[in-house]
Amino acid sequence: MADTGEGQLIGPQSHQDDDSWVDDDKQLLPELVAHLRKHRTQLRQEWVQRIELERLLSAMTPQEVHSETTSVYDNYVEVLETGNVEALRSYARDLSERIIPRGVETHEVVGIVLLLRDVLARSLFQKYASDLTMLDHVLDAYEPSANRIANTVAVSFVDERERVIRQQQDAIRELSTPVLQVRERLLILPIIGVLDAERARQLTEQLLAGIRTHRAKVVVIDTTGVPDVDASVANHLVQTVDASRLMGASVIITGLSSKIAQTLVTIGVDLSKMHTIGDLQGGIEEAERLLGFTVIRRSDPAPVLEEG
Amino acid sequence: MRRFQQALVERIGTDRCRGVIIDVAALDVLDSYGAHTLGTLGEMARLRGAETVIVGVSPEIAFTMVRLGMSIAHVHTALDLEQGLQVLAELTSSRP
Repeated sequence: MADTGEGQLIGPQSHQDDDSWVDDDKQLLPELVAHLRKHRTQLRQEWVQRIELERLLSAMTPQEVHSETTSVYDNYVEVLETGNVEALRSYARDLSERIIPRGVETHEVVGIVLLLRDVLARSLFQKYASDLTMLDHVLDAYEPSANRIANTVAVSFVDERERVIRQQQDAIRELSTPVLQVRERLLILPIIGVLDAERARQLTEQLLAGIRTHRAKVVVIDTTGVPDVDASVANHLVQTVDASRLMGASVIITGLSSKIAQTLVTIGVDLSKMHTIGDLQGGIEEAERLLGFTVIRRSDPAPVLEEG
Repeated sequence: MRRFQQALVERIGTDRCRGVIIDVAALDVLDSYGAHTLGTLGEMARLRGAETVIVGVSPEIAFTMVRLGMSIAHVHTALDLEQGLQVLAELTSSRP
């Protein structure tokens, strides 16, 4: 692909040698691109050397670096030629998707793009060293495009990163509020960690949906792992209890910390319907009583593995 | 809603019924007026000698009602018709 481009674009370049350069930057870009295509192998080599020197992309093998740099180079030159940032953006996203799991850091990606920009600029300096006015014009054409490319790549990389982070956050959130069935019609909802507004909302959603799917009659919400909540979350908790009651399930709250208890009494909601019990064990026992279960210890306990 | 309320209270008298189950499972939304009506309906039925159980409240309705501060304190609630009947059986059997 680069070779054919080279052949076609040699025309304007030789034309240039006739010293009939045009003021228009648009005319200069194709010439510039032709130059970069012509010296593709050499410039790319130079670039890779610089990358190695700066110890970037250390997480990748030399072969990978070779193939990635080749495609980045070609894309870079192509965008210089067409100015089509959209294509570059999707390529950068692709690239990020491939290299982020390999542990490539943001500074490396930005670093290699800036290095390439530097390498190419140097080559342009060399080429037009004799003609400073010409060099000025070439740089006027080259710099904005190069900056735009560097910008696009960096933004795409960070975007991709943020997308991965968001995905993981969703996954964590999904896992953070499990609704577990421990007996017929008895659900347990252990909450561990900080309960913020978003998580409280999700908790309510999952609990109410869980009540419906498991046909629960009693729900034990265990807040042993929650050190503190703010007033709005405490209020939300009370609302959740009320909503569960509307769905026909009674809620037992266990393990309320002293701080949460203080918050609950200060927000001034009606707590008379809140059924609370000190610890999770007591809560489960109470729930079993409500459901009519009795747990009886057999006279001969089952042998523990270590003993048998 | 008003007509429904009136008809129900009359039927409680004519049928000498002891319990009422209102199934709201098919409701998509319940506004504050609707919730209020359900509440007064329960109260009226109680005065006429019947217990009211509301069944089939969906998660969305349940939470909207609570968030808007609507309460149907005078009525009992149950997950579905089956459990509603059970609740009603317990309620009526405990009475003489």
